[in-house]
Amino acid sequence: MSFWSSMARKAKGMMLRRGPMMITCAEFETFVIDYLSDRLTPTQKRVFEWHLRICRECRDYLKAYRQTVELGKAAFRAPTAPVPEDVPEDLVKAILDARSSD
Amino acid sequence: MLPGETLGVQALGTDQLQQSSKIGSDAGDAAADHDEHDLLAAVRAKDERACGQFVRRYGGRMLATATRLLGDTALAEDCVQEAFLSAFNNLDRFEGRSGVGTWLHRITVNACLMKLRARQRKAEEPIDDLLPIFDENSCRIEPAWELTRSADDLVAEQQVREMVIRKIDELPESYRIVLLLRDIEELDTREVAEVLDTSEGAVKVRLHRARAALKKLLEPVLRGVAP
Repeated sequence: MSFWSSMARKAKGMMLRRGPMMITCAEFETFVIDYLSDRLTPTQKRVFEWHLRICRECRDYLKAYRQTVELGKAAFRAPTAPVPEDVPEDLVKAILDARSSD
Repeated sequence: MLPGETLGVQALGTDQLQQSSKIGSDAGDAAADHDEHDLLAAVRAKDERACGQFVRRYGGRMLATATRLLGDTALAEDCVQEAFLSAFNNLDRFEGRSGVGTWLHRITVNACLMKLRARQRKAEEPIDDLLPIFDENSCRIEPAWELTRSADDLVAEQQVREMVIRKIDELPESYRIVLLLRDIEELDTREVAEVLDTSEGAVKVRLHRARAALKKLLEPVLRGVAP
């Protein structure tokens, strides 16, 4: 990392730690789950979204994080997903037999 | 339509069929539209054919859930069988506050978790290396992201879809389970905390770490450079 980019990160860290309505990237991390579930208070949400506006790294991180969640969901709901949707008849029979003898 | 479904309706008796608001003129349509309440009543009355219809109607989703959680078809089938037996034994306690499908889904999840707990598992690998990185200023270190394709578009490719599922399977069990229960099985945080016998806060932390770790594992896919 160059001297200037190192100084820029130091300045950014200081601004995020000391500025009004500011949170650091590490603090931002703890709010991600509740933000995506729409569980933040209005004030928390304002602070979170303000951080998003000024921090390129967190903006990109959140974008990729969201895409990851969507990818997981999409992989399992894809029409060719490798999970059965019908019950094999031998399993139906086994269940009914076990029920009768229960 | 499966053969047992028509038989299941016949077994319910004329009175019950007439009471159903969804009954059509055709017996086959009636079987397909046959509502949950009538089917449950027949199952409670231990009607064998209705029981078969009950298993066929709800078993598919249960088997899909068990297969996702256990990653083993034979074990999943055992689990679904146990879940149905438990459901049959507890039908009188089902109060209808949720749908039958939701109730059975919950029983299946519980049965799977019992199987997973019973399985002797090796100690979990830490996932610290997969979690976000911050510098000494608490600033995030994150490369730029240019996402050009939607998730649905990406998983349309079989190799991508398989890789995503494989990477989820690679997560340590306690993270994989929380991720599956919340994001795929769509239980809410409170429900996950209940079935895992832990706090909602612990579920949130674990879910967040699981998603963050998965993001790291899927970076090549997200960037469109793999598989």
